[in-house]
Amino acid sequence: MIEFLSQPWHWSVSGLSIAFVMFLLIYLGQRFGVSSSFKAMCSIGGAGYVADYFKYDWKSHDWLLVFILGTIIGGGIAVTFLGSPDPVQISSATIQDLSNLGIQTPRTNAEGLGFLPKEIFNFEMLGSIKGILLMVVGGFLVGFGTRYAGGCTSGHAISGLSNLQLPSLVAVIGFFIGGLITTFILLPLILA
Amino acid sequence: MKLLKFLFVGILFGIVMTKSEAVSWFRIQEMFRFQSFHMYGIIGVAVVAGAIMHFLIKSGKMKNQFGEVIQFSEKPKTYVASILGGTIFGLGWALTGACPGPLYTLLGQGNWVILVVIGSALLGALVYGMLKPKLPH
Repeated sequence: MIEFLSQPWHWSVSGLSIAFVMFLLIYLGQRFGVSSSFKAMCSIGGAGYVADYFKYDWKSHDWLLVFILGTIIGGGIAVTFLGSPDPVQISSATIQDLSNLGIQTPRTNAEGLGFLPKEIFNFEMLGSIKGILLMVVGGFLVGFGTRYAGGCTSGHAISGLSNLQLPSLVAVIGFFIGGLITTFILLPLILA
Repeated sequence: MKLLKFLFVGILFGIVMTKSEAVSWFRIQEMFRFQSFHMYGIIGVAVVAGAIMHFLIKSGKMKNQFGEVIQFSEKPKTYVASILGGTIFGLGWALTGACPGPLYTLLGQGNWVILVVIGSALLGALVYGMLKPKLPH
């Protein structure tokens, strides 16, 4: 069983599992949307003193904070007990494109799991322009953008689209406009 | 303990995010370069299965754990915020290679530098909250 679960999951199994997580949250009386946690944490930190947006009862999101604690634990369980035998197997075209940008895709688990490019995502790189742009500026845009759009991949792309919400479709189109600009224009400039 | 159930659902979510490889910066690059079906398959199956689920819940008037008929709220029709905020998030998603769920998952995997990314995301949310009255929605 453990060996079976330790294989990388097929996309259809993964997609069904995400839908199941969404179902469980709905059955428990809530909804699937992770980026609201940013609002709740800012509110707990006293952001209500500087912006009305954060003046709300964050305890209405206590379940989400517990859910996120679980997500953190789940990530640890998955790599500790259900680790894949090989790193993430991406297409050879992507490996080549990233190699041209100076990012090497790990071929063995000893080189990396293939989750984060270790050339960039480490503490030393926080002293470089590349590291600051990918980690600090990237993180800022994720926080700002998801709150501006009112949702992220979970709230808009999966929850919203599956409930046929037009604002979510518009947001997902935005996700791709931004993602394509970064991938084809910004990343080549940053990593050059 | 009513919140404990959410802890278990969260653990399942963290495992799913890891085993699906949706937490991979490389998979997100592959997606935005249209070089693999993997991420489209995951999101596509989740959306189709979710749409069937929404239909069944609504048509069957299914009840939640408290015995209340499940109601779905409509997303606010703030299309300008959807497109502008969505684009800003997309710019960041392709830089970090992680949307919010995977950020928490990566942290739990022991990638401590992700704390900096999450801290920046909180700062981004804070700045959005402060600028909200001045931004078009």
